Amino acid sequence: MATQAATLAGAIPARHRIIARRRIAERVIVGLLALATLASIAILVTILSYVIIQGIPAINLEFFTQRPKPFGEVGGGVQPALVGTLVLAAVAGAIAIPVGIAAAIFVVEYRSGRFATPVRFAAELIAGLPSIVVGVFVWAFLVRGLIGHFAALAGAVALAVIMVPIVARTVEEVLKLVPNSLREAALALGAPRWKVILRIVVPTARAGIITASVLALARAAGETAPLLLTALGNDFFSTDLLRPIGALPLQIYRYAISPYDDWHTKAWGTSLVLVLVIGIVALLLRVVARERVR
Amino acid sequence: MKTRRLFAGLLAISALVAACGGAPVSTSPTPTSATTGSPAASADPCGIPVTQKCSSEAQSLTGAGATFPGPIYTKWVDEYNKLTGVQINYQAVGSGGGIKAFTDKTADFGASDVALTDAQIAAATGGLYMVPTVMGAVVPTYNIPNVTATLKFTPDALAGIFLGTITKWNDPKIASENSSVTLPDMAITTVHRSDSSGTTGVFTDYLSKISPDWKTKVGAATSVNWPNGVGSSGNAGVAGSVKQTPGSIGYVELIYAIQNKLGYGVVKNAAGKYVEASLDSTSKAADGFSMPDLGKLTGEQTKLSITNSANADAWPISTFTFLLVPKDLSDKGKAQAILRFAWWGTHEGQSFTKDLGYAPLPTNVVKSAEEVLKSVTSGGTKVLK
Amino acid sequence: MTRGFDRYFAVGVTALAMLVPLTLTGIALLIFIDAWPSLTHFGLSYFTTTVWDPVHFIFGAAAYLYGTIVTTLVAVVIATPIALGASIYLTEFAPRRIRGPVSYVIELLAYIPSIVYGLWAIFVMVPIMRANIEPALQGSLGRLPLVGQLFSGTPVGLDLLSGGVVLAIMILPILTAISREVLLAVPPTQREAMIGLGATRWEAVSRAVLPYARPGIIGGVVLGVARAFGETMAVTMVVGNSSRDITGSLFVPGYTMASAIANQFVEADSELYFSAIVEVALMLLFVALVVNTIARYLIRRSIADRPAGAVV
Repeated sequence: MATQAATLAGAIPARHRIIARRRIAERVIVGLLALATLASIAILVTILSYVIIQGIPAINLEFFTQRPKPFGEVGGGVQPALVGTLVLAAVAGAIAIPVGIAAAIFVVEYRSGRFATPVRFAAELIAGLPSIVVGVFVWAFLVRGLIGHFAALAGAVALAVIMVPIVARTVEEVLKLVPNSLREAALALGAPRWKVILRIVVPTARAGIITASVLALARAAGETAPLLLTALGNDFFSTDLLRPIGALPLQIYRYAISPYDDWHTKAWGTSLVLVLVIGIVALLLRVVARERVR
Repeated sequence: MKTRRLFAGLLAISALVAACGGAPVSTSPTPTSATTGSPAASADPCGIPVTQKCSSEAQSLTGAGATFPGPIYTKWVDEYNKLTGVQINYQAVGSGGGIKAFTDKTADFGASDVALTDAQIAAATGGLYMVPTVMGAVVPTYNIPNVTATLKFTPDALAGIFLGTITKWNDPKIASENSSVTLPDMAITTVHRSDSSGTTGVFTDYLSKISPDWKTKVGAATSVNWPNGVGSSGNAGVAGSVKQTPGSIGYVELIYAIQNKLGYGVVKNAAGKYVEASLDSTSKAADGFSMPDLGKLTGEQTKLSITNSANADAWPISTFTFLLVPKDLSDKGKAQAILRFAWWGTHEGQSFTKDLGYAPLPTNVVKSAEEVLKSVTSGGTKVLK
Repeated sequence: MTRGFDRYFAVGVTALAMLVPLTLTGIALLIFIDAWPSLTHFGLSYFTTTVWDPVHFIFGAAAYLYGTIVTTLVAVVIATPIALGASIYLTEFAPRRIRGPVSYVIELLAYIPSIVYGLWAIFVMVPIMRANIEPALQGSLGRLPLVGQLFSGTPVGLDLLSGGVVLAIMILPILTAISREVLLAVPPTQREAMIGLGATRWEAVSRAVLPYARPGIIGGVVLGVARAFGETMAVTMVVGNSSRDITGSLFVPGYTMASAIANQFVEADSELYFSAIVEVALMLLFVALVVNTIARYLIRRSIADRPAGAVV
């Protein structure tokens, strides 16, 4: 383009002006685009900065080991909520990861089955559901129905429903990447179908499966809305699946809308913990992914 | 592999945190014997008065309900846990939530600031008793820039503000009663409850009594069709919104305004006097009020209403708040736990009311509470003897 | 022996996998059944009445629908230019070395839990909206004839505009990510042909790449829309939680369908009230299913292999 302009420079001025105008327009527009990019990054940086700066004052030993104090009293901590999140994540993972992997295996390995498309379609639709709708369903099914009261198990099931499509979708992609030659070679050697899947395909896709699981867990750890309707919350330490349980996001919500300054600080602190945990997990994923690519 | 070690490390950390919680609740040592209790305890550790741990009662309960008594219930739960080891998980989700959780039996007991309607009582299979626990005051709390004085409100002014007919802080209806204060020419933002609330029930009950306009246009209930304003969840949410929004006014239980250093107004009561919300004025609202037979409750909310009391020094927006307990509970351990807690609350628990701005129950009301608590049965036999 | 186990394995995997469509069916069924009393009682008036009165048992979700549409619209209007701009910059114009890291940073936004957005919004964003941005908007755009209606009334901060802005921030990462993928899937031949004809790089992008990528980008926007009106927590903390008459202003407290459920579900204590709330969930469910299906169809068409030279 530069040469074009140079050769025309001495020729017709009008064309030169047009080209110059186009180039200026391009500079302006690219500048705007860069601004948009900057704005996006700025938002992230702003939010994270606030979380860190406002949250650090809340972090101390008491924060992690004590339970909440009565309304209005300063002090205490979020230990029951922290434990609750871990318990919920563990149980939800124990339900969702096997189901998600099974669904992915089903879709990829048993492709000739009549039900493969409904499974994938259903997974995508569930993935698009608002989490509050999942909460309504689990409330009707478990809290009002099977269990009869607010319970950690109901919360875990709600989180599991949200997690399954994430696991299934990602694992499906990873399983597809496993070369067919591997499967065929194993089958040719006389291995039964199930061995081919469990001993060869799945281990090959292990890194991707871990990634999928961790991604889904991170998402579940941050969910609030369904827990409002199922786990309810608990200010006492509890790991009983048939009792209500606390969770970090629930704690953040209740503290954030309250008027107490101490609780506000704790809300920031809890957010910091949550974001840190999820951030570390995301970083670990990068490490795992890079290792595998090599 | 490096990643495997990293994950193992993460697991170890989470196990550590969980293990920390495995130790007994560390706010104070949990007494397992009656050494810290009164020496003249009843021979039956599972009886009343409550002095020590009872092994046959349920060790954990779930309660859901009003945010109005949130500060004192959470205090009670904390103290009761130190005394008996019972963990009562009280979640303040609002009176409506408490009524629903109790009716659906998704919680062990409920809590509400207002009496249930006929329909709600009918829906609660097996019946229920309403046990009064404390009295409290609903106050109009506000946040006006540069105004630190206590504002005076006439009933008409309050109704007008929440109806939306009074839109600015310097409106004559407000200013005329507050001549010593310079009120700004600022729009009023009202804050109400977005959830189903007993505090709303009490406040709208009062407004319906003093404003025929309010009664026809909006009415009194735990959840109404507010003509204007912002909605927030829980007493805490309303206080939070008022604190954050200049020019706003909301209605909350007294302690929420005090704990958060929010201004709250004085209101002209039925006797024509400007009264400040306090322990005394709240108690005076119950003077002469005889609690109906709580064992035979029908859903007339006015029967338990003490708003707009005619007493000279009464705070006009006072209320009792109640625990909802089942009439009969087949699980004896749970019944014991609920009833002992309620008994303790209506007796020893009353000593915590003053510090938190609630008024203790008048003695005749405590008697009514004792009667209903004693009549709760488990599988036909009375639980408390 | 192993033949037999093969069958058990297949059955086992199938059983677990079938839980997925089973759950979806369960969700749709349970919600429909619980919403039935309200559906039959109110019929179509449910969607046109703005009155939500638990005292007089009149329930109309028009205000919730309105709030959801308005906040989503605001979110899309704000987020799409920014997301598109950033994704175009990162795929076409940015120095190669920063493309990967910067894209990664923007996508990190998606990892932040929505409750943290809500926390930041309620303590940082809303005061700024109320004290600075909304008055500024009222003073400037508020003076224009038609558009001015949007910015009328007293700025409260806890209103539809704040709801829309926080949603915009939340759908930004997904919009950016999908736009990037769609743009990267455009065959380089499109770009090269334009440049060969003498276009500047921007002209090549705007006249060849973007039209080619349009269905996919629209799909991304639709996905953003789906995400926006399903979002609950962040919105409920700043939107005002008040359902009233539909005015034309963005400065009034409002309600979205999701926040209505979050606030009122646990305590809808009469049967009709409860059913009315579940009907809101039914609406959300239905719209989510429809919109997501459309979005994924559009995106899949764009990212799947396409012959070089195809225009749409």
